[in-house]
Amino acid sequence: MTDFIPLGRSEKLPRSIWLAPLSVVLGSMMTLLPVVATVPFLPPFGLMMLLGWRLVRGDAMKVWMPVPLGFVDDMLSGQPLGSAMVLWTLAILMVDVLDTRLVWRDFWQDWLIASGAIAMVLVGGRLIAVPFSAHVDTALLLQIVVSAALFPVIARFCAWLDRDKKQN
Amino acid sequence: MAPPRNRRSGFSRRAQYGLFLGYVGAVGGMLIGVALLLLSTFNPPAFAAVRGFFSEITTPIASGFTWIRTSVAGVPGGVSSYVDVRGENARLKKQIADNELLVSRARTLNQENRHLREMLKLRDVSTDAVVVARLVASSLGSTRRYATLNAGNWQGVKSGQPVRQPDGLIGQVTETSPNTARVLLIVDPESIVPVRRTRDGLPAIATGRGDGLLDIRSASVATMIFQPGDTFVTSGTGGIFSPNIPVARVIRTSRDIAVAEPSANPDALDFALVQQTFLPEPTPSPTPSPSSSAKPASAKK
Repeated sequence: MTDFIPLGRSEKLPRSIWLAPLSVVLGSMMTLLPVVATVPFLPPFGLMMLLGWRLVRGDAMKVWMPVPLGFVDDMLSGQPLGSAMVLWTLAILMVDVLDTRLVWRDFWQDWLIASGAIAMVLVGGRLIAVPFSAHVDTALLLQIVVSAALFPVIARFCAWLDRDKKQN
Repeated sequence: MAPPRNRRSGFSRRAQYGLFLGYVGAVGGMLIGVALLLLSTFNPPAFAAVRGFFSEITTPIASGFTWIRTSVAGVPGGVSSYVDVRGENARLKKQIADNELLVSRARTLNQENRHLREMLKLRDVSTDAVVVARLVASSLGSTRRYATLNAGNWQGVKSGQPVRQPDGLIGQVTETSPNTARVLLIVDPESIVPVRRTRDGLPAIATGRGDGLLDIRSASVATMIFQPGDTFVTSGTGGIFSPNIPVARVIRTSRDIAVAEPSANPDALDFALVQQTFLPEPTPSPTPSPSSSAKPASAKK
């Protein structure tokens, strides 16, 4: 553990250490819902949980965590292996870069950043997975809009999962 | 929100290196991801084993969800049937008294029915069905269209086998693991099915569009030949799909491509039938006629 624990802070690790990756994996597993669909409509819950944790609690996960989490998501989502590994890491690195630019962020900026990241990952995944001529763009746009609209709920959910942090 | 605390790692060398190595790990992992991506783009079944391992773990969960869904969906019916059952009981008792005379005849009919059912079962076995299994999940968030079948190697499912419903073709098995299989649906943008028009046998190719519909392209040079309402069945070309499985019905035409809707509505998918890969018998070669006629003659002697 390289984390520096200041004086007066309890040494008990916050539960986000294990809860954050677990919740992202559970988000990825939403694709196991017993529905066989003809168009992609389910928001990428794994990615949204990842972004939620990253924006609500920046230090909940190491910066390399999107790589294994993306691997699990690729296994479950049906995308070619590697697409989430690359795109999720890229999204998190982009958030890191934005963190150095806008230092004080409001939730509105968080929402905008998350929506941009979700749109980037979904469009990137579409370009990787299916040929350019496929007619999936309307469904994809709908998926992006639904995901962006759902993000505040996910962010609140992450904050709720992280509520033990304030008590110590 | 306040600026994150871990931005500056302070004077501790250890913390600085830790942060730096985290970024090295992230970028390195991303490069590994790019390599895997290239590999899986150029050789899609490359990671079938790994994916099969994961689907072995997750498919029971999906099956459990399916079970929950079907039982929850059955609750209203169960309640109403319970309410109905009391009145029905009284009525049936009266009916039984009335029907005493018919019971013996019903018994013979029952016997006959059982025989017929056994014969039907026999006929089912003799067709090329591999297994009937439930489709438990699909790639809901991805632009690819895969479904997960609740049967795999151990049930005899092999990669390449066609999957169908009574209504029509659903797709093709692409990957199998011991208990699960991955089905590429015909509406996937990379699915190609050789078809022919039922009306005149015109050969065509049905490719998925990605939005739940299919593109029908003529395999011949003629253009403007499709009409709305044309139905297409598998032609058996290529030896994977056995002929005459309904595939699609044209709903509109544009230039030389027709847009068609699949015969089996994948939204309503439940049980699916996995069939053997259709391998047409090798046609007898016409050239060595003298030797082939000579052989039976020698055998006769």
